[in-house]
Amino acid sequence: MRDRKEISGNIDWTLVFLYLALVIIGWINIYGAVYNEDHSSILDISQSYGRQLIWIVTSLFIGLVIILTDARFFSTFAYLIYGSTLLLLVGVLLFGNTVSGSKSWFHIGSFGLQPAEFAKFATALAMAKFFSSQHINIKEFRTRFIPLIILGVPAVLILLQNDTGSALVYSAFVLVLYRMGLSGNYLLFGVFVAVLAISTLMVGQYYVMGFVGALAIVLLFFIKRNRSNILNLAGLLLLALGFIFSVEYAFDHFLGDHQKTRINVLLGKELDLKGAGYNVNQSKIAIGSGGFLGKGFLQGTQTKYNFVPEQSTDFIFCTVGEEWGFIGTTVVIVLFILLLARIINVAERQRSPFGLVYGYGVASVLFFHFTINIGMTIGLVPVIGIPLPFFSYGGSSLWAFTILLFIFIKLDTKRASLL
Amino acid sequence: MASKTLASRRQSLIAIFLVVGFVFIIRLFYLQVIDESYKNSAQNNVLRYVTQYPARGLIYDRNGQLLVYNEAVYDLMVMPSQVTQMDTAEFCRLLDISLEGFRERLKKAKEYSRFKPSMFEKQLSKETYGFLEEKLYRYPGFYVQPRTLRKYPKPIASHLLGYVGEVNQQIIDKNPYYKSGDYIGISGIEKSYEELLRGIKGIKVRMVDVHNREVGSYQDGLLDTIAVMGKDLYLTIDAELQEYGELLMQGKMGSVVAIEPSTGEILAFLSSPGYDPNLLVGRVRGKNFKFLSEDPVKPLLNRAMMGQYPPGSTFKMVNDLVGLEEGVLNTKTRYSCQGTGSSPIRCTHSHQSPLDVYVAIEQSCNPFHWNVYRSILSSSGHGSLRENYNNWRRHVMSMGFGKKLGTDLGNELSGSIPSAEKYDAIYGKGRWNAMTVRSLSIGQGEILATPLQIANSAAVMANRGFYYVPHVVRASGDSLIRSINYEKVTSTIKPQHYEVVVEGMRQVATMGTARWYQPEGISMCGKTGTAENPHGDDHSLFMAFAPAEKPVIAIAVVVENSGFGSTWALPIASLMIEKYINREVKRKDVEERMINGKTY
Ligand SMILES: [Zn+2]
Repeated sequence: MRDRKEISGNIDWTLVFLYLALVIIGWINIYGAVYNEDHSSILDISQSYGRQLIWIVTSLFIGLVIILTDARFFSTFAYLIYGSTLLLLVGVLLFGNTVSGSKSWFHIGSFGLQPAEFAKFATALAMAKFFSSQHINIKEFRTRFIPLIILGVPAVLILLQNDTGSALVYSAFVLVLYRMGLSGNYLLFGVFVAVLAISTLMVGQYYVMGFVGALAIVLLFFIKRNRSNILNLAGLLLLALGFIFSVEYAFDHFLGDHQKTRINVLLGKELDLKGAGYNVNQSKIAIGSGGFLGKGFLQGTQTKYNFVPEQSTDFIFCTVGEEWGFIGTTVVIVLFILLLARIINVAERQRSPFGLVYGYGVASVLFFHFTINIGMTIGLVPVIGIPLPFFSYGGSSLWAFTILLFIFIKLDTKRASLL
Repeated sequence: MASKTLASRRQSLIAIFLVVGFVFIIRLFYLQVIDESYKNSAQNNVLRYVTQYPARGLIYDRNGQLLVYNEAVYDLMVMPSQVTQMDTAEFCRLLDISLEGFRERLKKAKEYSRFKPSMFEKQLSKETYGFLEEKLYRYPGFYVQPRTLRKYPKPIASHLLGYVGEVNQQIIDKNPYYKSGDYIGISGIEKSYEELLRGIKGIKVRMVDVHNREVGSYQDGLLDTIAVMGKDLYLTIDAELQEYGELLMQGKMGSVVAIEPSTGEILAFLSSPGYDPNLLVGRVRGKNFKFLSEDPVKPLLNRAMMGQYPPGSTFKMVNDLVGLEEGVLNTKTRYSCQGTGSSPIRCTHSHQSPLDVYVAIEQSCNPFHWNVYRSILSSSGHGSLRENYNNWRRHVMSMGFGKKLGTDLGNELSGSIPSAEKYDAIYGKGRWNAMTVRSLSIGQGEILATPLQIANSAAVMANRGFYYVPHVVRASGDSLIRSINYEKVTSTIKPQHYEVVVEGMRQVATMGTARWYQPEGISMCGKTGTAENPHGDDHSLFMAFAPAEKPVIAIAVVVENSGFGSTWALPIASLMIEKYINREVKRKDVEERMINGKTY
């Protein structure tokens, strides 16, 4: 009895409130997105909004179970949980079902499960476990190398399932590494690499190579021209040129046609309003047509009418935009930013590195999903099919994000103790 | 100390979050508040995406005669979410469907999507469309989408032209261009030239008011894409010759292929029995297709390149050519028809003996060619029998046998010139010899060739040693001028050797089996053949080219189950040659006998 009181007293209700707010707004918008006069009850389980309610209720139950679990469970079994999800990822490659091109589902009857969704919190746990071990020094090679393995294995397995979007999520953990002491130069370096890659795809390798070469020559006048500096510069230049070349090569040889088209459309090289550009364009029309105040609940015509397969999953944000307008989209964005900031602040108050690192993992994953998903619906980011956390329709995704967040909430209730 | 400075990184991360959130809000402010182009001007107008189906390219023959054109039809589409109260009974009457059928279709459309258009009734007749058009405004949610169907002014060349049908799910999954309900070429030219013929679909975004009326284009057509018409094709086919060939072949099973030797252009390409291509169009296609595919004489089978026959005696010149090239045969070589040398193949003809290569071709002497073939395998000087066999096979394949020729029509079969390994598998390695494979000397046994390959070999003879890959399309776009060039393939046999067999083939027409069927005023070279058919009567074959000196046509005719080559295949080939060169046929009696002849 005393114990239970202690738990509820320590729960960070701000996080719980933000979670509930997002989940409920998401549910209302799924209803709006696929609203169907013949099945107008929001509880009709033959429709996705009815089923989403089941996912929400079960998620709350899962959250409760996590809160009642001993916090030490998660740190003790972190590697075991991580290892089991890796096995699931291998299993789905061997025995899984293919849904829209990705071999990433287990089907048990009519119930589908996507292991990739669950691998995220397992990876966050493994990272937390690693950084809470002894002898951590980010300046050492070992400390930098092992996290890369922890991240790389699930990412590669998910890539093999042909689910590029979910695999890219793991790059978000660079924020955790940054917090743990990785030099900010790596972030800058990452940005530089991204800029090189994108500009190569946009204007072609030779222009970018020319530009980088010119840049190197200009730099040559600003640095001390001793032997080692010149060699370093030359080495960097070669590295950059090699990278530019391999980006173009990989684009030409490894990507499928529709991925190429998607990237080209995004970069404005191709105008394909029927194919890859179709979703983005429709998405922009839907959001744009919402105006300042929106068309009102269930009044959206664009989202319902236009793109169908992803209206309640990856493109759910369109319904927000169309039916609730600029006010609605701003509220959702503000809620997400509040959630992210709150997670960071809560993470910082942890006494154990386990809680701290896990918290940053949660924030990184949510931030990545948030940025890519909303970015793609408003045409700022390529169409990479990953869900909007707590919002998008789907059991696996909602369960997985709930587990991700509630483990953190649970860890936080024990923030005073060293796990 | 270090952890203290690191804790300050919290601020940088929160700053990153804020920047992203801020960028999103700015962008949304632009999209939702500032940029007017995304707003629907009229109150809640609904957008309708109307696919613009381009007309498929037309198909002409080599002289510009139209073979395939398009006819407009109208698909009735429905958008279930916009269907409201309406006079259903009247609507059903207009369409001539039952109330039951109406509900069924609407239910199906709803199951697909309430907000995307579904086909309600395909290919309305012009009359129905006429009735419906004026009243359509009374039936919100329904609209008409124009489509085109193939039409054939003459019921010819069905196998060559192929047909068009709706895409299936497999195609849609594989190629994102195609959407449910689209048409695609399924066989023949329609298939192999699909990408040129189909053009590019466009899409028009229209605004529709509450009364189901289109009130204009959305955003001044900013999102519209224009449909691009399919490209027209000009065939190498001579429609008149093709039609004449089909007339001659009626009532017979088999095939005729005629090629212009100097270019590889296919002049006539037919498989009999055929069918009227108009049968495989539109609403009746499914029913007719089933009917045709169940017909025991297989009218859908393209015998011209999917029928494989032993070439029989038409293959003898090929062996002579290899013999001449390998030096085991020359114009002085003579073999006797009887005696131990010719055993076990005996001669059934009465002619001079011993005889030389010219007479041997003229009289189609089996023992002579057996002797030639035995010399090729035993003493052409490449070592073992096996090596000599492989060398023979290499020569034969250089004349286009035993491999796909690579025409621009798909589904070509390769025929067969058996490899040494195949005989190893049958008889065991080292356990077969010239005697075992003696049938090959007279074009029987394991050799198989398609009519297209036999016609092509006639072209090789006509050209004295080379061929252009046979093809049926000479140009695309809006000009008859040939714009597609094909590979020239040179055989491994020297041109002077061809002169020898060509002379033999000339004698066939002047003194041999073909002397009764000389086309009027044309010097023909040819060779009859009879392909043994284990399943019934032998197939009758004839290959020829004309005129001898400057050939303009090479031809192969196969008539299944009709006995000797001289009965059907030869007269039909000679009539085709006369028709092509003289543009009219004087031998009306022969013509009439062929047209009226029936072999099945
Ligand atoms: Zn003889």
